[in-house]
Amino acid sequence: MRRADRTRLPSRGREKPFTFPEIRRRTLASGLRICTVEHRQVPLVSALLLVPAGAAADPQDRPGLAAITADMLDEGCGDRSALDVHEALGRIGAQLDTDVGHDATVIGLTTLERSLDKGLELVADMVMRPRFEQREFDRVRDLRLHRLLQLRDMPPALADRVFAQLLYRNHPYGHLPIGSEGSLRAMTVREIAGFHRRTFSPTRSTLIAVGDASHDALATAAERAFGGWQPPADGDAPPDPETFTAPAPPTNRLAIVHRSAAAQSELRIGHVALARRTPDYHAALVLNMVLGGQFVSRINMNLREEKGYTYGARTAFEFRRAPGPFVLQASVQSEATADAVREALAEMRAIRTDRPVTREELELGRAALTRGYPRNFETADHIARAAAQLALYDLPDDYFTTFVPKMLALDEAAITRAAEAHIDPSRLITVIVGDREKLSPSLAALELGDASEVAVG
Amino acid sequence: MNIPFTKHTLANGLDVLVHEDHGVPIVAVNVWYHVGSKNEVPGRTGFAHLFEHLMFEGSQHYDKGYFHPLQEAGASLNGSTNADRTNYWEVVPTNALELALWMESDRMGYLLPALTDAKFENQRDVVLNERRQNYENRPYGLAGMAIVSALYPEDHPYHWLTIGAAADLHAARLEDVRAFFQMYYHPGNASLALAGDIDVSTALALADIYFSEIPGAPPPGPVRVTRPASAADEIRLVLEDRVELPRLYMAWHSPALFSEGDAELDLVGDLLANGKTSRLYRALVYEQRIATEVAASQNSRELGSFFQVVATAAPGRTLGEVDRAIMREIAALVEKGPTEAELERCLAQAEAHFIFRLQTVGGFGGKSDQLNAYNTFLGDPGFFERDLQRYRGASAEVLRQEAARYLVGNRRVVLSVVPRGRLALALDASQPVGVS
Repeated sequence: MRRADRTRLPSRGREKPFTFPEIRRRTLASGLRICTVEHRQVPLVSALLLVPAGAAADPQDRPGLAAITADMLDEGCGDRSALDVHEALGRIGAQLDTDVGHDATVIGLTTLERSLDKGLELVADMVMRPRFEQREFDRVRDLRLHRLLQLRDMPPALADRVFAQLLYRNHPYGHLPIGSEGSLRAMTVREIAGFHRRTFSPTRSTLIAVGDASHDALATAAERAFGGWQPPADGDAPPDPETFTAPAPPTNRLAIVHRSAAAQSELRIGHVALARRTPDYHAALVLNMVLGGQFVSRINMNLREEKGYTYGARTAFEFRRAPGPFVLQASVQSEATADAVREALAEMRAIRTDRPVTREELELGRAALTRGYPRNFETADHIARAAAQLALYDLPDDYFTTFVPKMLALDEAAITRAAEAHIDPSRLITVIVGDREKLSPSLAALELGDASEVAVG
Repeated sequence: MNIPFTKHTLANGLDVLVHEDHGVPIVAVNVWYHVGSKNEVPGRTGFAHLFEHLMFEGSQHYDKGYFHPLQEAGASLNGSTNADRTNYWEVVPTNALELALWMESDRMGYLLPALTDAKFENQRDVVLNERRQNYENRPYGLAGMAIVSALYPEDHPYHWLTIGAAADLHAARLEDVRAFFQMYYHPGNASLALAGDIDVSTALALADIYFSEIPGAPPPGPVRVTRPASAADEIRLVLEDRVELPRLYMAWHSPALFSEGDAELDLVGDLLANGKTSRLYRALVYEQRIATEVAASQNSRELGSFFQVVATAAPGRTLGEVDRAIMREIAALVEKGPTEAELERCLAQAEAHFIFRLQTVGGFGGKSDQLNAYNTFLGDPGFFERDLQRYRGASAEVLRQEAARYLVGNRRVVLSVVPRGRLALALDASQPVGVS
């Protein structure tokens, strides 16, 4: 018998090919686009309805409108009360998951294949015939107001909100989907019904169904449920975030949200960066993996494994229809806050100047994205969400088959160019949620200028 | 419905479980050690989890961080510790399976020669940061500690949470690591599951190559509980925290993982708080609007479980109102049991959840993790189908009886978490409790 050779790590064997499963499309008479993918491993179907309007479609004076509209869909529709909807979902063991992001609202359903018709019929009822009753709205609004109250004590939520505000201000990306207290209090059921009428239209939406049935069966089920969905008469769609003007960089580069005796400091460092359709998408992904996108990235190895400042630090380019932020997130020891910020800023500078990405780092950084690629498509839900990206960002059909080859075509120089172009140390802003008294003296040495103090509320 | 598997035990005592699923060219490697925070002793709490961190920092033949070569091969990886077990997993592209096996076997067999003070100190800092981030700096983050320390006597192995006490983490010594490794980290106390794009004979041959050279030892034996963990009276506690809304936690002792009554109480948790039509959600959040959220769960563990209900009071409402409403719903359930319609809904949801669990080969909760759970706790990796039967077999009357037996009003721990300086918002007669 062969024995383990402990003198070296085993080399990898021949790579097994992976092909993204076929997506088939059809368009209903109403304009609703249907995408189907067969995935026969488990007797389940995951269906997603993508409506390309999210928090960025909120009117300027009504942040939170898109999110509460989506939240109200399952609070009574057609002949069903709110409880009837959930009783019906429960009786087929289906999971409903509504997600409102900046660019889109996604309503997700995972159900046993044998209950697909029932599940889709329920989602169609919610989308096409929501009741938007005053009584239910009052309750849902109260719950959202209570949630906002609780978020005031959650450092990550505070940091996210302040970061978005400072970066984007009046830009449609300047608020979180949940909105603000003032806006929620001023909101009316009529506004919700109006927003729904404007944004939920079959002509702009895509239904993706992936699971244990044939393309035909999936598409037929989708058509049975959604075939009667008519475009609204007054269909003035909300503006596409792609058309928004970019915000000017903020003048203050440091903001502190004071929490007395905070056990840690919650950090955000970043600036407005890239839209999803940037030609530098692949290079930016690799750049991020080298800099801060995974455990072995420079910033995590420095802040966690060398210095022990944090449980973990990660960076990301948040790609959206309009340029989203590049952001570092970490929760760090209060005493080490200034040191952690200094190290993170130094890493962001170094990768575009004196320590450019090496060949080894390039290989390591993109391995997770190329060698690990098949992992992203294991379940029906994974595949459905991947297909939804194509629809949301107008990506070409060959996107998945060209992904790995495009990644492999990148060299170190391309990554360094991306770093030079898309990480700009002079524009980075730093948000800290932590104890001002413990932080202030050491922060002064960072020379980020005066800190603007942001009140909680 | 099941997770088909092959089980083979190596001469050194290591169980090897193999499940084929060729859907995607990936293989899940999953190792369970039957050790958790219940194997710790007072004064050294948090140690099992700190030890888990050290398992990623290098071993004799690869004395560097474990993430680098695995992420370079396209793997995802992680580990976790709870009261009863510690698990480690990689999901690798099929062509990197040997790499994952090499590394898992190297840290199982040869961890100690690579251990240094510097690594130990660094990971202690990381864990202290984890504790601050996820417990101390999080609203209601210390409630779990207050609950278990009241539910279990001081020398009971469930008296503390897995993250441990900060002082105990500071007190941990490098020598403790050696003793812990020798006692718990060996093939006789471990189970290896491989699931995914691999055939059984190759999997078993590779497991043999990498793991059979590691010397075995007898399993350390079960943890003894000197004093039973039964609350004879109601215990009322109050904890001040940086929160806006007061929250009520209540916990009862309940049947151990996989023992009689365990699945039934899991279903009772669903009846009470899973979804908008569940009894507590409907009464407290939907109809009376006295709470903003409510949860109920059977927390199943090897030596004994606890059933917990948690509800946050809506602004202007009192924890007393919330408490009375919860107890009224529980009393109604205990008296009349669930309706047939409620039972049908719960069983449909439970059955669907079993099917949802078949979707991934690796990671937390994937098929490899489930095979190891059944094997570690029951010695039977094939328990999936019988596990589902535990739920399918539940009747309305049995659920009523189990609720009546365990959810007894005066045998619970009730914790009020209130905003700092607002002790008056707690339930009457609550004793302040210090946790940090």
